[in-house]
Amino acid sequence: MTGAMLAYEHWLASYRRLWRASIVSSILNPILYLAALGVGLGKLVNHGAHPLGVSYVTYVAPGMLVAAGMNIAAFESTWPVMGAIKWTRVYHAMLAAPLRVRDVMIGHQLYFASRVAASTGLYLVALAAFGTLHSPYAVLAWPVAVLAGVAFSAPLAAYAAWAPKDSYLAAVFRFAVVPLFLFSGTFFPVTRLPEGLRQLAYATPLWHGVDLARHLTLGTVTWGMALVHVAYLVAFAAAGLWLAERAYTRKLVR
Amino acid sequence: MPDGGALIHARGLTKRFGPLCAVDAIDFDVRKGEAFGFLGPNGAGKSSTMRMIGCVSPVTDGTLRVLGLDPLTDGPAIRGRLGVVPQMDTLDNELTVRENLVIYGRYFGLSRRELRARADDLLEFVQLEERANDPVEPLSGGMKRRLTIARSLVNDPELLLLDEPTTGLDPQARHVVWDRLFRLKQRGVTLVLTTHYMDEAEQLCDRLVIMHQGRIAEEGSPAELIQRLSTREVVELRFAGDTPPVEGVFDGRVARVEELPDRVLLYTDDGDALVPLAHERLGPQSVLVRRSTLEDVFLRLTGRTLVD
Repeated sequence: MTGAMLAYEHWLASYRRLWRASIVSSILNPILYLAALGVGLGKLVNHGAHPLGVSYVTYVAPGMLVAAGMNIAAFESTWPVMGAIKWTRVYHAMLAAPLRVRDVMIGHQLYFASRVAASTGLYLVALAAFGTLHSPYAVLAWPVAVLAGVAFSAPLAAYAAWAPKDSYLAAVFRFAVVPLFLFSGTFFPVTRLPEGLRQLAYATPLWHGVDLARHLTLGTVTWGMALVHVAYLVAFAAAGLWLAERAYTRKLVR
Repeated sequence: MPDGGALIHARGLTKRFGPLCAVDAIDFDVRKGEAFGFLGPNGAGKSSTMRMIGCVSPVTDGTLRVLGLDPLTDGPAIRGRLGVVPQMDTLDNELTVRENLVIYGRYFGLSRRELRARADDLLEFVQLEERANDPVEPLSGGMKRRLTIARSLVNDPELLLLDEPTTGLDPQARHVVWDRLFRLKQRGVTLVLTTHYMDEAEQLCDRLVIMHQGRIAEEGSPAELIQRLSTREVVELRFAGDTPPVEGVFDGRVARVEELPDRVLLYTDDGDALVPLAHERLGPQSVLVRRSTLEDVFLRLTGRTLVD
């Protein structure tokens, strides 16, 4: 674990050059989305009765929180991972020192998780400011968003390490990340999806994160349900980490 | 230390990538304090050998001991005592010159306080102290190489591995790098380097092996190899038009004649003695008598055809 912490330190040190830009977007993004979806789109959706049981902004807010975490995790764990193997070769520098492949992989995942935690933390504050949090349990939506982030960053890092060229990375956004963002219960209930697609949505980690976060912010959580969601996300992350270590080893130690 | 005091001990060392045999059962020992070179054309197996020594490439077959330890089981422990200058730079462009040293040193578990002091010494050693707080990106190729060398020294390594340390550098930058490596050698640091520059091998190496197609073709000091495999001198003849027939002209007076498209090479121990005869019989446009170099040895062993 100490080796992983040393690799993590490297990513924090290089983040110091980028943090200003990323902080600005971490604060602006939630405000813009919540304003557009809550105040704008919400006006239309909320017209008359509340089909969702709550105002639209309250409904969509936890979805946006977890989806924002997914987006950061997905972006950080794709191009930067391929880059550290092929372009900047940062991983190779770490492996010339006493770090092991597992340290290199875990150290980077710790950094992804930190980035997700920082951004979704700010997001949660914005959610509170928009009056969308209806339960003290809402604070637990934060670790849920981080866990969901790792459920993406771990398998995506495995994919990015395996991918032969960077067009594969654009493809994973086009065919996985963006459709998940739109259809995993972020903006509307997956029960509105046709049969088949709905089952597919239930299988994605984003839906599990969003559904749990939503029950936490609305205060409708039950512990059995929470356990299932968390177990699913943990399993997804663990499988991803296992695959990532294999993919890293194949690329870096040959 | 076992293995007769060798820092690196290899017997039957082999690396295969699928059907390709990159390193084919080579034997060598590197002793403490010496500068040892792997010389060879591209694809000869030099870098594969270096990566196995650096414990980032598993040995396919044979025995390899580095600092008396087995890379397979003690990789991190060995790497903690090595310095590595890879063929392609792995500097972090997001960090400053000094941060590159400090963060890399952290991988070895050294404290930040200790690293700050070491970074100052190392930057002075590679003449980059004025660039300490600058970003890495705009540095010249020679400066980046020097920084990579400084970084490889951050853990005070017992053994320094340099994979083509001056490839791609201009002549001035190469000489600065050579000068720094020579100083390290004087301080007793054991150097292992690969190169395809003959002058680099002659300048730096106490002992070297010439690799060709994954095997070791020859081994010795630069002077020994030149003496054993070439002659003391080489006479180069150039002609204005077509090269006249040379066969038989120098019979019994040269060790070997080599005809190239643009010139004829005569391998001999006394070049000056051949000059009058060459003028009389062949009428060359120019005659050059020079010392034999490692390049002559190298090209004789590995051939003149392009390997890539």
